[in-house]
Amino acid sequence: MAIAAQPQMPRVWRAESKPHKFCPGCGHGIVLKALGEAVDALGIQERTIFGCDIGCSLLSWDFFNLDTIQTHHGRTTPVLVGIKRARPELVVVSYMGDGGAYAIGAQHLVSSASRNDLVTIIVVNNTVYAMTGGQMAPTTLPGQKTETTPYGRDVELTGRPMLGPELVAAIAPPGAYVARGSVANVVQLKNYIQKGLENQIQGRGIAFIEALSSCPTNWRTNAAETWRFLEKEMSAYFPVGELRTPEEKPAARLREVPAHGPKP
Amino acid sequence: MATKPITGEQRAFMTGNEVVAWAALAAGADIMYGYPITPQNEIMHYWTRMAPKYERAFLQTEDEISAGFTTVGGVLAGKRAFTATAGPGNVLMQEAMAMAEMMRLPTVVVVTQRGGPSTATVIYSQQELNLTCFGGNGEGLRIVYSPASHDELFTYVIKAFNSAWKYRFPTFVLGDGYQSKMREPVTLFDPEERGINMEVCRPMVGLPGLPGEERDPAHLRNTYNLEDELYQVLTDSIREYEAMASEVAEWDAWSADEAEVLVIAHGVVSRAARAAVEALRQGGVQAGYFRSITLRPFPVDALRPLASRARHLLVVESAYGQLQRLVQASLYGLETPVSGYLRPGMGITPEEVARAVHSLI
Repeated sequence: MAIAAQPQMPRVWRAESKPHKFCPGCGHGIVLKALGEAVDALGIQERTIFGCDIGCSLLSWDFFNLDTIQTHHGRTTPVLVGIKRARPELVVVSYMGDGGAYAIGAQHLVSSASRNDLVTIIVVNNTVYAMTGGQMAPTTLPGQKTETTPYGRDVELTGRPMLGPELVAAIAPPGAYVARGSVANVVQLKNYIQKGLENQIQGRGIAFIEALSSCPTNWRTNAAETWRFLEKEMSAYFPVGELRTPEEKPAARLREVPAHGPKP
Repeated sequence: MATKPITGEQRAFMTGNEVVAWAALAAGADIMYGYPITPQNEIMHYWTRMAPKYERAFLQTEDEISAGFTTVGGVLAGKRAFTATAGPGNVLMQEAMAMAEMMRLPTVVVVTQRGGPSTATVIYSQQELNLTCFGGNGEGLRIVYSPASHDELFTYVIKAFNSAWKYRFPTFVLGDGYQSKMREPVTLFDPEERGINMEVCRPMVGLPGLPGEERDPAHLRNTYNLEDELYQVLTDSIREYEAMASEVAEWDAWSADEAEVLVIAHGVVSRAARAAVEALRQGGVQAGYFRSITLRPFPVDALRPLASRARHLLVVESAYGQLQRLVQASLYGLETPVSGYLRPGMGITPEEVARAVHSLI
């Protein structure tokens, strides 16, 4: 009997917890595959700590053969910053959804970006709070219907979708790496994540990668419409690409820090 | 490795916040995470001045939520990590402490109580007893020490690290603004020279060996799918908490047996209570004194027989019945009447306590 060739699992994936717990059509598995391949490529399995948030991302708590800590909603980055400050030799990955990153955990994101914390943050942007049943997220597109915007997101009432990588790129000091990838392009996403891990290993600064992702369960879409929304509508609003590389000088309005403060 | 911060015994005259920083240094604390709030600030000030000299670290976080969760990260990484806060900061800290309670993480938090609720005063109170003992969406599986002097602040900060790492429950030193800001004599010492062995800090993540091949990965979570899973985890924790309670519970008593009025207090107020009871005894009044040093676990077994032989109990506190409720819950079934001298957010003098005792006899 002919057996179709199966795609190879990254070495760092934990076979015992597969098949994974995400819904059919969910993008999390693809993002975690890109992360797994990047960890494999860098040979850092033994010293990588994976932290996941609350929401669908928590389902990755036993996903890898990596020491893993599942934290509270929005608090994954502080936990991993705490680990990194205590044990700088470790490589820490903070994995969360758009709600955890841009709403409840936004103060931590902004502060870690300003401090240029040595942490690699991966945010899965699927435009909804998925685990709780499909409410409006900071990234819900204008007009998009969710459980809390049943007539479509009204930007006059609720504002416009949050541009996370653009925010981090605008405030992070030199040395930061910021990119937005998509589950529609796994090779590119893996490269971005790998660069983000390298940035931390080299001690250059924060690494922030947003991954555009799909949620057919809450979008209530079939495969074709899922793909169309991801590739056409989301990537039109959230442009894919690198926003900051460590060599690059940040925006001109970021001033050089004075060498000393006031002298009392 | 840098030299030890303290060798031999050193007498000093300093504020409580400075004592806390010295105690954390002496205990071998590796890292402090903190956010400014009065009256805790000088703990950070002294720590940031001294820590680099002894190869210790500090991170100023964006808020107390982050201070709590970075402390969680520090202990996960196997380091003796701590933070300090007060009032509204203590409120924010509870989220991380609930996670520490669920995951049995040995966090250490020094609380310097200020007036409440809300922003209230930056000065003093004993109104953070409920929050520190039972904050968070859980069962209060914490260890809470309530020191009354600078010598005790020093001793119990060191002990807090050891109790946290030995029993794996989040541990608090519940001070207050008076203790933080006042100066008094204190003896600083190196714990090892006193025969106090610091508990070994073992990391929970970042363990040696290739995970999945040479060892199982550490997969740590605080989320459960089923009621039964959660119930099992909590039942185990509650059993271990109750098993250690008699080892950890501490109290102090003076002329407490067969008292006409047994005065019960904790923290700095217990000094006024003790002074009042001594004066009352000299005046021929059969007053007694009982002080709870641990508020969690509460020293029920010590208090109950004394309370049963007393004519009247008087709970004295700078809060509106937070200690009194702990006392009454512990003494349920006893017929000894309980009164309170309750002054939320106010200091209490020995004279006031003595008057309150006289009003009962």
